[in-house]
Amino acid sequence: MGVKVLAAMSGGVDSAVATARAVEAGHEVVGVHLALSRAPGTLRTGSRGCCTIEDSMDARRVADMLGIPFYVWDFSERFAQDVVQDFIDEYSEGRTPNPCMRCNQHIKFDAVMERGLALGFDAIATGHYAAVTEGPGGKELHRAATWAKDQSYVLGVLTTEQLEHCYFPLGATPSKDEVRAEAASRGFFVAEKPDSHDICFIPDGDTRGWLAERVGAEKGAVLDTAGDVVGSHQGAHAFTVGQRKGLALGYPAADGKPRFVLEIRPKTNEVVVGPKEALALSELAGSQMSFAGPNPVESGYANAAPGDDFGCEEFACHVQVRAHSDPVPARARISDGELIIRMDAPLLGVSPGQSAVLYVGTRVVGQCTIDRTVSALAPLHA
Amino acid sequence: MGIYLDHQATSPMPLAVREAYLEALEVVGNPSALHQGGRSARALLEGARERVAALVGAHPVEVVFTSGGTEAINTALKGSVWAHHRTHGPASHTAIAATLAEHHATLDAINWLREQEGTHWREVVVNSDAVMDVSSLEHVLSAGDITVVTTLLANNEVGSRQPVESIVALSKAKNVPVHVDAVSAFGYHSVNFRELGADLMSLSAHKVGGPVGTGALLISRTAKDMQALHHGGNQQRSRSGTMDAAGAIAFATALEVRALDREQGQDRLMALRDRLWEGLLAVAPQCVVRGSHDERLPGNLHLTVPGCTGDVLLYLLDEHGIHASTGSACQAGVAEPSHVLLAMGVPAEEAWGAIRLTLSYTTTAEDVERVISVFPDVVERATKAGLAMKARR
Repeated sequence: MGVKVLAAMSGGVDSAVATARAVEAGHEVVGVHLALSRAPGTLRTGSRGCCTIEDSMDARRVADMLGIPFYVWDFSERFAQDVVQDFIDEYSEGRTPNPCMRCNQHIKFDAVMERGLALGFDAIATGHYAAVTEGPGGKELHRAATWAKDQSYVLGVLTTEQLEHCYFPLGATPSKDEVRAEAASRGFFVAEKPDSHDICFIPDGDTRGWLAERVGAEKGAVLDTAGDVVGSHQGAHAFTVGQRKGLALGYPAADGKPRFVLEIRPKTNEVVVGPKEALALSELAGSQMSFAGPNPVESGYANAAPGDDFGCEEFACHVQVRAHSDPVPARARISDGELIIRMDAPLLGVSPGQSAVLYVGTRVVGQCTIDRTVSALAPLHA
Repeated sequence: MGIYLDHQATSPMPLAVREAYLEALEVVGNPSALHQGGRSARALLEGARERVAALVGAHPVEVVFTSGGTEAINTALKGSVWAHHRTHGPASHTAIAATLAEHHATLDAINWLREQEGTHWREVVVNSDAVMDVSSLEHVLSAGDITVVTTLLANNEVGSRQPVESIVALSKAKNVPVHVDAVSAFGYHSVNFRELGADLMSLSAHKVGGPVGTGALLISRTAKDMQALHHGGNQQRSRSGTMDAAGAIAFATALEVRALDREQGQDRLMALRDRLWEGLLAVAPQCVVRGSHDERLPGNLHLTVPGCTGDVLLYLLDEHGIHASTGSACQAGVAEPSHVLLAMGVPAEEAWGAIRLTLSYTTTAEDVERVISVFPDVVERATKAGLAMKARR
C-alpha cells in the first residue's frame, strides 16, 4: 500500500531516480526542492555547487515528467544560520566541521521533515545511498549495497524518530552507473549531469579564500610541540589537522622529517606542528551524540554501565571519521554523558569538529561530534 | 480538471475561440506579403484589429498587437522615455510616477530604466487597500518633471480598482501622458479607451480566454511615437515583426465572448465571489480579506490566513483539486511575501499567508461550495505546518 512521500529533489540524477522509484512503488509522491542559498547562481558553474536556479528547473522538469506536484521550499534562512554560520563558527574555534552532516541534521531531516509530517506526509525520500531496514528493535540504518557510493556516514546524525520517516530508494542500487542508465532510460536529461562536489555554498571550491573573507586572516605563529616558534602563517583557519603541504616553514625540523599540523589554537592564532607520529590518536570523545535506531544497550552490543543512567560498557565496533575514509576497529563506551571511542590501532590526523560514526557490521549505530582527542604518544593531549 | 480558481493568472479558451483560432491558422501568408495569401492574412488581421478596437473603445489605428502584456507595458514605459530622449536629447531628465503596488512588469521595467537611462522613479503612495492616493499623485505631478504616469486599472493581486478617471484628469491637467495597465482587469470591467482619455493602455489576450503570446498596446493618436522593437516598421512603427493574424482573430473572438459573458453574468459572478467570501470567513474567521471591499474586480477574492504560508495553502488546495494562487511573483519557485501587500502596509509575517482565488464566468456554485467545504481541513493542516515552522525559528 502506498504512503504519502515527500521527495527532496536537488535537481541531480540521484534524487531524480529516487523520486521516480518512489512513484513507481505506488506511493503518493510530492517533489520539493530546497532553496538553500540566499543568492542562488542562475546557472550551474561546472560540476560544483548546487541550489542554482537551473538546479531547481531540472528538479521541476523531472517532477513534471513524473506527473507529481512540485514545490520549492525556501530554507535559506535556516541554512544560513544552522549550516553556513555553524561552519564559520566551528572554523573560528579551530575545529573542522562537516556541513553536509549539519544540513542533514538541521535542514533535510529536521526542518523539512517536521514541515512534511505536519502536512500529512509519512516519509521523506532522498537520493542518498544508504539503507533503512526493519531490525528486531525497530528501524535500522545500514550502509548502501555498494560501499563505493555509500553515504551512510553523512546520515549518521539521524535519530531513531527521524529514521522512522526516512526512505532511501537508491539504497540497494549496485552502482552509480546503473542510476545514470536508469535516468537515461526514463528520459531524464539530468542523466549525464555531473555530481556535485565539495561544499555547496562555496561554489568555486576555494574554502580557504571563502573562510579568510569571513573569519579574517591575521598573521600568527607556527610552533613546534616544545612551544618554540618555527615559522609564521597568514591565518590559523587556513589549516586543518594532519595537513603537511603549505606550511612554508623556513628551515627543516631538527630530525629532518616532514612536519604536519597537529593542532590549531584559534584564541592565540597559533598553529602547532610536529612529526607524523604525533598525529596518531588512541581515543576520540564527544558529548554531542545520537543513535540511529536502538542504542548499544538496547541492541545487545553492550552492557549498561552500573551507576550511570545513560552509560554503557565497552563494545566492539568500527569508527569512521570522514565521509570517504575507511572504518577502523575500535571499542566504544558511554560514560558521564560522553561517547568515548578507543581505536584498536592509532588513527592519524583527526580534528575536533569532525563526526565519529560508529558501525557494527554494516549498521550505523550512532555518532558523536568529536570534542577532544587523546594522542597515542602523550597520555593527555586534550 | 479540478476546480479552476486562477483566472487572473490565465483563463481557459472557450470553444468558440479555439474554433476561430484554428480556422484562422489555415490561412497561409505573411500579412505583409503582397500575394493573395498575404492579403487574406492581412484581411484577417485588420478585421481583428477593428473588432478589438470596437470592444475597448479605441480607433483601429490605436491598436498595436504585441506578444502580450509584458511587452505592451515595456513598450509603453521604455517607449515614453525614449520618445522624450529623441525630442529633448539622450541625457534629458525623465521621470515615471508609479506606486509600489504595480505589476512586476511595470516595476522591473522602471527599475531597468533607472539603471540604464537614469530615469527617476517618483513614488506615488497607495492606501491600505492598494488604491493609489490621488493627493499623493497630485503632489508628485506638482514638481512638473513627470514623463509618464503609469497605473493599474485594478490591482492584479488584491483586485482593488484604481481611481483611473481622477488619475487621468490630474495628469492631463499637467499635460502628462498616462499609461493604464489593464491586463488583469479588462476582462472584468468594460473599458473605453477614448472616454477614459488615457494615452496608453496594455492588454493581454490570455487573461480573457485568448491565446498566450498575444496582447495589445493601445496608443492614442495624440501620444508620442512608441518604438521598442525595430524591424521593418509595422503597426505604426511601434511594433515590428511578423504579425500574428490567427492570434489577433482569437484575441478578438475571446474579447467578444467575454463581453457577452460580462453583460449576462456579471451579477452572478459577483454573487458567487461574495458567497465564497462569506463561506470562507464563516469556516475560518481568522482570515483577513485584503484589498477594497467595494471597488474590486468581480471575480477576485484575496485573503491572508494568519499563521500559514501561501505555498503550503496552495499545496493543500491542490491536493483537493483546487487551483489557486498566492497572487505574487516568485523567484525560481521560491515564494516571497507579496510586494503589493507590503506596499499596503501589511506586516511581512501576515503577507506570507496570502492566497488569491479568482473566479470567472465558467465558475459554478458547486465549485464554490466545494472550496468552502474543504477549507477548514486546508487551514487546519496549514496552521499545523506553520506552527512547526515557527517553533524552530
